[in-house]
Amino acid sequence: MKIFLAFIKKEFRHVWRDRRSLTILLGLPIMMMLLFGFAISNEVKDSKIAVLDYSNDAMSKQLIDRIGQSNYFTVFESVRNEAAIESAFRKGNIRLALIIPPNFGKQMSKEGSSIRIIADASDPNTANIVTNYMNAILADFIKSKFSTQQEPLNIKVESRMLYNPQLKSSYNFVPGVMTLIMMLLGTMMTAVSIVKEKEMGTMEVLLVSPMKPILVIISKAIPYLVLCFIDVLLILLMSYTLLEMPVRGNIPLLLAESLLFILTTLSFGLLISNLVASQQMAMFISLVGFLMPALVFSGFMFPIENMPLPLQIISNVVPTKWYFYILKTIMIKGLGFEYIIMPTIILISMTLIFILLTLRNFKIRLM
Amino acid sequence: MERVIMADKLTKKFGDFTAVNAISFEVYKGEIFGFLGANGAGKTTAMRILSGLSYPSSGKAMVAGFDVYEESEEIKKNIGYMSQKFSLYENLTVRENIRFFGGIYGMGRKELKNASEQLIERLQLGPEANKLVGSLPLGWKQKIAFSVAILHRPKVVFLDEPTGGVDPITRRQFWELIYEASEQGITAFVTTHYMDEAEYCDRVSIMVDGAIAALDSPLMLKQQFNAASMDAVFLQLARGAKRSE
Repeated sequence: MKIFLAFIKKEFRHVWRDRRSLTILLGLPIMMMLLFGFAISNEVKDSKIAVLDYSNDAMSKQLIDRIGQSNYFTVFESVRNEAAIESAFRKGNIRLALIIPPNFGKQMSKEGSSIRIIADASDPNTANIVTNYMNAILADFIKSKFSTQQEPLNIKVESRMLYNPQLKSSYNFVPGVMTLIMMLLGTMMTAVSIVKEKEMGTMEVLLVSPMKPILVIISKAIPYLVLCFIDVLLILLMSYTLLEMPVRGNIPLLLAESLLFILTTLSFGLLISNLVASQQMAMFISLVGFLMPALVFSGFMFPIENMPLPLQIISNVVPTKWYFYILKTIMIKGLGFEYIIMPTIILISMTLIFILLTLRNFKIRLM
Repeated sequence: MERVIMADKLTKKFGDFTAVNAISFEVYKGEIFGFLGANGAGKTTAMRILSGLSYPSSGKAMVAGFDVYEESEEIKKNIGYMSQKFSLYENLTVRENIRFFGGIYGMGRKELKNASEQLIERLQLGPEANKLVGSLPLGWKQKIAFSVAILHRPKVVFLDEPTGGVDPITRRQFWELIYEASEQGITAFVTTHYMDEAEYCDRVSIMVDGAIAALDSPLMLKQQFNAASMDAVFLQLARGAKRSE
């Protein structure tokens, strides 16, 4: 035990003196949070639109006013015909066009009417988002105009955005950033630090010493466990204070699950370190071989349900997917442990498998 | 004389390749034993077996009175090791390195403190002791690495090309440290490529193609091979080698 403590002390000294790595360890989460929080956003504001109003009655004017008042749209131009819409899209002036049919007001109060929305889908995500905003505004408008009347022919669209009524993008990226940072730091830093000992020749000295190899490995991972945990706290604190994103669920549960995921990433880092001989290789494998799939299959940026079946199946072996799911369930939906038992079990098994493989490889190396 | 290392038909095979082929030798307490051979002759493999890093395929070996198959944990407590790759932590200070390596050999706090202060004094490190090892010249690092390797007073210290890349004066000083250790009863098992260093050893073995081709004191070897220097002895033997890197 005393030997173990001496070793851990030494590891902390390494991390502490290696200012560059320390900067990455603590600076990266801060940078990513600021970047995602203030610079990159899925919310699309002030989209310019064109309006083609065939009706030109009181009702249509009210509607256009209402749209213009929202934060999401600015009426860029009113056009006379559909050709003008086309050319506005071509010039890239507008993101969306609205075509209001003739006799809009009259039709609405009789049998209902239809409005055409045309979006520029050269950027499909944005097109989707702005169309949704527009639909919401239209639905709201109709509701405010006709809710008091008994109009069986009016179809009322009523959408409710569960868990995230304001559609804040921080609700998606805070768990996403947490997942990626843990994955990146936990895996890469651990792998690199062990491979470094191999490269320096100090690993041999450690293996010749009476210290048990398994203790060498464990104590190398501990400082990174602590640092990753600090990062979790840092991200949560930043998301709470800067982005005003509360954690709805149980915080101790969230921290416990984070600890589990850190263990998963650390054990994966240990596994990599056993398989490669140079720091560059360790870095390369953890970045290219692992960060990419971790990003793609976490569900953070691309919805997994939209992937072809083989890829959906593959996504199940990527730990980030499960942690991301757990985070969203606890932080955003505010649900308890009973809803994340399965992902928790999966993460535990993955960790055990990584550790087992590490131990096996470690023994082989010593034979 | 007390036997500290005993190898009997020690063999290590990697698949079809016999890296170490039935070598037998004994090393005695306080002896400085030179373990010579061209690159690829099998000396590193043999050394790894004796230091508990690797298991032999067949044959017997005892180190510090313990069997390499059964009691490698006991062996580890009784040996020191310094590899050809430099083996102190560059971003720890000299003092921290000494404390750390003493610590992993289970030395007590007080014992360690005394031993490290003594060592710092003996090597005349003074204020350098609080500097990062990375900032010291190579010769210093290697002297410190050796002193650290024998800090816990092992029975044998294994030195794998300890003086690679060091100037002649520092090498000479390094060997004085080895002599000192040997006078205190610590056996030194040294591999080297410098033939002048071979002359400093009490006895020398020369490995060729995984087997020991010659083993005796430098003086006897020179007589036996009718050579003026160890260099000439080595060349005569190594020229016959079939495998090389």
